[in-house]
Amino acid sequence: MDVIMEALPALGSAWGLILQPIVLGYLILGVVMGLCIGVFPGLGGIAGLSLLLPFMFGMDPILGLALMVGMVAVVPTSDTFASVLMGIPGSSASQATVLDGFPMAKRGQAARALSAAFASSLFGGLVGAAFLTVFILIARPIVLEFRTPELLMITIFGLSMVGILAGRVAIKGIVAAGLGMLVGTIGEGASSGDLRMASYDYPYMTDGLKLVIVGLGIFAIPEIISLLRQDRAISQEPQIGGGWIDGVRDWFANIWLSVRCSIIGVIVGVIPGLGGSVVDWIAYGHAVQTTKDKSQFGKGEVRGVIGPESSNNAKEGGGLVPTLLFGIPGSGSMAIFIGAIALLGSGQIEVGPAMLKNNLDITYSIVWLLALANVVGTVICIAASGGIAKLTTIRFALLAPFLFMIISFAAFQSGQNLMDLVALLGIGFLGLMLRRFDWSRPAFLIGFVLSTPAETYANQAVQIAQSQFRKSFGEGLDYIFSPIVIVLVVITVFSVVLGLRQAKTILAEGDVQSGSNKRAPMVMLLAVTAYIAYAFYDAASIPSYSRDRVFPMFVGGVSLVGCAILIIRMMLKPESDTVFADRELNGEEASAAHGLWPTLAWFAGLLILTALLGFILALGLFLFAFMRYRASVSTTFATVYTAAGIAFMCGMAWLLNRDFPPGLLQDYVTLPWPLG
Amino acid sequence: MSIFKTTRRVASGLVAAAAATFAVQTQAGGHGIDLTGKTVEWIIPFSETGGSAKWANFYAPLLSEALPGEPTVVVKFMPGAGSTKGANYFQSQKFEDGTTIFGSSGSTQFPFLLGDPRVRFDYADWNVVLASGTGGVAYLPPELAAKMDGLDASGLRDVDFIYGNQGATRLDLVPTLAWEMLGLNVESVMGVKGRGDGRLMFERGEANIDYQTSSSYLSGVTPLVEAGTAVPMMTWGALDDDGNIVRDPTFPDIPTFKELCEATEGCATSGEAWDAWKAFFIAGFPAQKMVFLPNGASDDAIATYTAAFEAVKARPDFAEISAARLGVYPQMTGAAANAALASATKVSPEAKAFIVNWLQEKYGVSLNN
Repeated sequence: MDVIMEALPALGSAWGLILQPIVLGYLILGVVMGLCIGVFPGLGGIAGLSLLLPFMFGMDPILGLALMVGMVAVVPTSDTFASVLMGIPGSSASQATVLDGFPMAKRGQAARALSAAFASSLFGGLVGAAFLTVFILIARPIVLEFRTPELLMITIFGLSMVGILAGRVAIKGIVAAGLGMLVGTIGEGASSGDLRMASYDYPYMTDGLKLVIVGLGIFAIPEIISLLRQDRAISQEPQIGGGWIDGVRDWFANIWLSVRCSIIGVIVGVIPGLGGSVVDWIAYGHAVQTTKDKSQFGKGEVRGVIGPESSNNAKEGGGLVPTLLFGIPGSGSMAIFIGAIALLGSGQIEVGPAMLKNNLDITYSIVWLLALANVVGTVICIAASGGIAKLTTIRFALLAPFLFMIISFAAFQSGQNLMDLVALLGIGFLGLMLRRFDWSRPAFLIGFVLSTPAETYANQAVQIAQSQFRKSFGEGLDYIFSPIVIVLVVITVFSVVLGLRQAKTILAEGDVQSGSNKRAPMVMLLAVTAYIAYAFYDAASIPSYSRDRVFPMFVGGVSLVGCAILIIRMMLKPESDTVFADRELNGEEASAAHGLWPTLAWFAGLLILTALLGFILALGLFLFAFMRYRASVSTTFATVYTAAGIAFMCGMAWLLNRDFPPGLLQDYVTLPWPLG
Repeated sequence: MSIFKTTRRVASGLVAAAAATFAVQTQAGGHGIDLTGKTVEWIIPFSETGGSAKWANFYAPLLSEALPGEPTVVVKFMPGAGSTKGANYFQSQKFEDGTTIFGSSGSTQFPFLLGDPRVRFDYADWNVVLASGTGGVAYLPPELAAKMDGLDASGLRDVDFIYGNQGATRLDLVPTLAWEMLGLNVESVMGVKGRGDGRLMFERGEANIDYQTSSSYLSGVTPLVEAGTAVPMMTWGALDDDGNIVRDPTFPDIPTFKELCEATEGCATSGEAWDAWKAFFIAGFPAQKMVFLPNGASDDAIATYTAAFEAVKARPDFAEISAARLGVYPQMTGAAANAALASATKVSPEAKAFIVNWLQEKYGVSLNN
């Protein structure tokens, strides 16, 4: 009771703080800025908050918080535009939205998909805030119950979602996830710094691949190339059907799914160390498992949009718990948020264990500013969705270079490295091949995202458990098999069994026919096997006292068994077997107007030009040539398009204080920014 | 440039007095560089989310105010290879007009001192204009702290300690070596992402020994101490003007490692282990974060930046605004900064050899490749 007696006045004074016109004004300003940043794929809260940092010094705390919270809150809302309209995951929070949102856009129901997503986002944000208002008071001891074995089990539960998304040949999905995990282990190991699949001679690889590059490469590039080859608009219908009212109705019809996924979002967000990158997959898995007719998933099932979108905004609220109560950022943007709070006012707000005691009113202000920002952001987004959805009716050749420019810019991040572009195209090619031969791309991505936590928590849990067992056998068992772990094991086993049984009917990436050609799918399988085998060998050559070899060897070993089974199956079965799925032989791909390689060559051309001339000059040539010769527009139009593109890029780079990677030319000639 | 104009406006409310003081100073010097209308890029070799970002974001608007011509100061993040990427990049920069500066950290110093194969930079080429210090505090759960007999830590020798370690060659080698010298049996659990995660591991009861840098200790551990779930064990101490280790001014009531070592049998405050520990402590803490101008910087530029940081320090509100964000530690300029740089980046070959050998034996980390 004491707790509530303290909480109520704090809640009251929080509302008093929030409901001042000037605070609301700053909140709306933050929301609008967040929408402008978040709408571009790959640019999220980190970019936005960095933009705000110079303002924060000495600012009135509540105003600064309103501005920052407004910005952070709407990123998972606005990134839905890219996910639904272009099939590009706008941020790690909306990867799962792509699976059903984009097919809906292709069927001409973009506005409906968007408004269902936004309604879910709004609701998720509000449920999250309501839940947090009570939960935050009792959160500390509960969060501390999540030790390393529990964190490891949640990671494994996340990985079990691979079972649902594995596709028709379950083993292929598992190998895809294994490949994703092995790609995730590239670079310095966390335990003793041994290198996996990398060398100090190529410093880029020692840091490993970044999520934004892998996410964009695996999903965005294959979609861009595929649409370009067909040379049409994204929407197959000339008229946009399904207005925004329909989307809201869809959401309301599935309100309980939305409630459940919101709760999932808050809870996963609350647990420090996992961040938000798996929550949308867990929510998607939940949506699939609780739907009776699963045949529509991957083809535009609205529940596949509502689930992840309800969870990803709720997660932002949940992420406040580790951030404010423990001073441990739940995500990259939260880390900047903590740093920025220290700059506010005279630095009197101290994030950490004392936050609840000293600043409960500020804590509540943040929680409800977040909820309010969701409301404002959603209203703006729904209002804009009808207009923005029209983008899907434009001929795609006109959009593609612009999209490619944006995702290249996103891939540079703060590295400003040509290698980022190389990695983007390399992963993009892998994504294309996975898509073509029906290897599950979601499974690959889940494997990649969870690779680092799975490895770290596994190593740490084993090490701490050994120490506990040394104390006494009982303490060791208590440590590993806590009630939370046991519950999670049961849920995971249940979800895997159920998932694998249903996987055949869930085609998250649409149906892919098998054809008359055995060779191409076989070559793909052998290439994957070769990489996994080499990664296994590479890990095995790390000295045996290092823990850094264990995880890649384990994953590599399991994946190799899977590869062997697939190879045997390919040898025994006829070419009509599902294991030989190949998009090039049937359907959209087969009848595409342009070939795969010429289309890919355009982007390889941009890469080579960048290496020679630097990014901006290369981009200018690329945009103009593409417009003029591939899209066959007039010279005037191509010139205007190029100028607009370059101006936009320079504006963004200037605003976010980024440089572009230089090429060979810049070694010899000193050019002014942005050319140099 | 509207953002930065606004920044200035916000900051100027706070600093009008100091800015005026400063203007007088530079004119009196008569040999400063003028940065009117220019943009100073402050390279931080870490991501936007780290402790160095916090430090640079604190100083950037103040520095902008204090430099002649009030240039825009932007913090540019260049993470990679544990900060050696950004440092290597800075090494390749030639001095032009004083608009490029670099912020290094203990995590940049350690690979340099240990001869990491990726290091292609040399501190001797750079020109230091500010050195910021910090301290560190180790702490224990109350039931284990009770086993200590005053300053004598030998009662802890039968405990199996677990410590969440960020990496054998990181700043964490200062605490782990200290504990080993006290004879404690500490097992490092590797792969902890930041000291915050290490503290969480301690709070969850998985780790039973931990350390935090001063500002994190103040915000994260002091509440635990007040709640009775943590007890401070020792600080690393601070350096006096003669280079002796004395009590940390931020924590005058907590004994230093040196005091514990003297009181504990088997731990010696002389000899190669002590010399190596002290050398790496100095490299990691009292001069943890430094600001540099690139190779070949003109004396005028060095004088201008030194004066600017001195003006920041001279602000009437500096003690108040920096205490919350940086802790109560010396922010050194001029000769003091150069002395700090020298002690932080020069380690005797014996100390280096000791640490390299110790890392090899304890963790199997080989640095001789």
